[in-house]
Amino acid sequence: MTRKQKTEVAVFWSFRLMAAAVVGILAWILGFLIIKGAGVVSWEFFTEMPSDGMTSGGILSAIVGTLCLTVGSIIFAFPIGVMSGIYTTEYAPNNFVVKFIRVMTNNLSGIPSIIFGLFGMTLFVNTLGFGDSILAGSLTLGLLALPIVIRTTEEALKAIPDMYRNGSRALGATKLQTIRKVILPMAMPNIVTGLILAVGRVSGETAPILFTVAAYFLPSLPTSIFDQVMALPYHLYVLATSGTDLEASRPMAYGTALVLIIIVLIINISATLLRGYFGKKLK
Amino acid sequence: MKRFFETIVEKILMASGAITSLTILLIIIFLFSQGAGLFNTPVVEEGYKLAVNPENPVSDLTPEEIKEIFDGEIVNWAQVGGDDEDIVVFRLNDVTSYVSEEELGEGYSLLPQCLSRIVSENKPIIAFLPDTYIPENFSGKILETGDIKPSDFFAGEQWFPTSQPAPLFGIIPLLLGTLLVSVAAILFALPLGLAVAIYMAELASTKMRNILKPVIELLAGIPSVVYGFFGLVVIVPMIHDFFDLPVGESGLAGAIVLAIMALPTVITVAEDAIRSVPRTTKEASLALGASHLQTIFRVILPYSVSGIMAAVVLGIGRAIGETMAVLMVTGNSAVIPTTLLEPVRTIPATIAAELGEAPSGGAHYEALFMLGVILFIITLAISITVEFISARRPKQQM
Repeated sequence: MTRKQKTEVAVFWSFRLMAAAVVGILAWILGFLIIKGAGVVSWEFFTEMPSDGMTSGGILSAIVGTLCLTVGSIIFAFPIGVMSGIYTTEYAPNNFVVKFIRVMTNNLSGIPSIIFGLFGMTLFVNTLGFGDSILAGSLTLGLLALPIVIRTTEEALKAIPDMYRNGSRALGATKLQTIRKVILPMAMPNIVTGLILAVGRVSGETAPILFTVAAYFLPSLPTSIFDQVMALPYHLYVLATSGTDLEASRPMAYGTALVLIIIVLIINISATLLRGYFGKKLK
Repeated sequence: MKRFFETIVEKILMASGAITSLTILLIIIFLFSQGAGLFNTPVVEEGYKLAVNPENPVSDLTPEEIKEIFDGEIVNWAQVGGDDEDIVVFRLNDVTSYVSEEELGEGYSLLPQCLSRIVSENKPIIAFLPDTYIPENFSGKILETGDIKPSDFFAGEQWFPTSQPAPLFGIIPLLLGTLLVSVAAILFALPLGLAVAIYMAELASTKMRNILKPVIELLAGIPSVVYGFFGLVVIVPMIHDFFDLPVGESGLAGAIVLAIMALPTVITVAEDAIRSVPRTTKEASLALGASHLQTIFRVILPYSVSGIMAAVVLGIGRAIGETMAVLMVTGNSAVIPTTLLEPVRTIPATIAAELGEAPSGGAHYEALFMLGVILFIITLAISITVEFISARRPKQQM
């Protein structure tokens, strides 16, 4: 081997090592949380309220809270996001409008989540008078999920070849009928994948719910959409930084982190698998 | 009828299409309207005044000077342009050491007169008094401190939002903290991210790619609060032990956590850029006898430099806006950072940490919204920069 070839081999191996390091980082985080948290997670951990200054009991109210917020945000973001995506890909008349909307959607997805928190607090909590509530938190998180839903809808619709549209129109169907009966059913799997990704993002967010819904400690289940709730990510933050007894609540924090990360990973993995499955099917 | 229905649906769809633009507009309106009031707020806490002896030549003090006087850091009037006399600080609860209970009268009814007398009789005094106890014939001199100026905010070097009598809202330490942590994070993430991107685009087999791609997506999917927790219980103690610091919470801890969080963005965008290099360009280089390594560094990377720039800018953008992870690991001390090993505080972390305690509508609350405005403008500028860089990317040639 010449010197040049040796350098090349060395550099390429260093690239391989760095790629391995990225896998290592993920394995490190997951492994650490599993080792520390697995002992805490039990059936009671899921079914009991936090108790004793959040040093024992479970995380039921936080799980239910996160569930409410996730479902609430999707109820809001899914229809509007899909309709917005349909408009920009199928209807929007001229390039400027589409371009403007796309730039705005991009910008919206680049805005830090804490800004959504500030905005949600002024608009939903104060101006519209929802107070700290599931409603205010869900709407705030919904805005955060919106760009994700819009973008995946657009991509899903664009992936459908024009011959289906033309074929349908040629048979006498109107534009709306074409979208409803032909395009949407074909695009739905990919749209749903995007939706799942949005769920994954929303369920782990903390900053937007800090000032719109999250309760520090609330060992009861919500009864209406105007109630405050605990949420898993915020509960983890509280346990890690501002619990009544940080040492004693550490095990609970490990357990909560493990549950949160597993929920998010399951959501993400199922989105990846779905995409692979439908991707093969379409071909 | 059918056509009418279709038109209605189209209008509804159009309205949904406009919602992102509307949201951005509303965010701008709300943040500005809540934050702009800051510059109409008096320097001295509302409902209070600062008074000095009428013979005192000083008639104006900056917010920093007020804070330092009341903290005992400025002790002589000569330091703020007055006569050479030691400053006597007077707060309302000092009143009994100047006058007796009888002089204050029944139910403190004579308190305003007593205050007036105390200020006029003690030349070096500076008194912090509530408006309600300042009588109409007050014989002291009320300081004209005015409203908070934009320069106090944008160029102020101290952030003491709860300091009495004059809170300080200087954003320089927060801005520098944010930039320091974010830039350091991207310096860590870029070499690693670029190497992985090159590996994935040029070297990896399909099988390896199919392993790496989901790993990177999972890294991107981990919630920031989990990264923060991991940083707090793993990285912070490591830094604490390794550098032998009094506290491990530092800019470095924030930068490392942010670097891990920015990795997926950097890798994905850089890989896309590298993949967009036309096959012909690459093959021409190889055909001329260049090795694969030479082709990567001399042809592929220069060709995809604008995409890599976009990756850097996007990575910085993610890092600047990140809240929870940074809040948990950087130690949140609002001083101008000089090294990465000190605690620092970023703009989003400040908003998250302080908004809960800031009374709605007060100066502190408004200052936090102004921070939000600044953060919003920074991220908007970053989005536009990325858009601009991407538009300049060389078009694929046939």
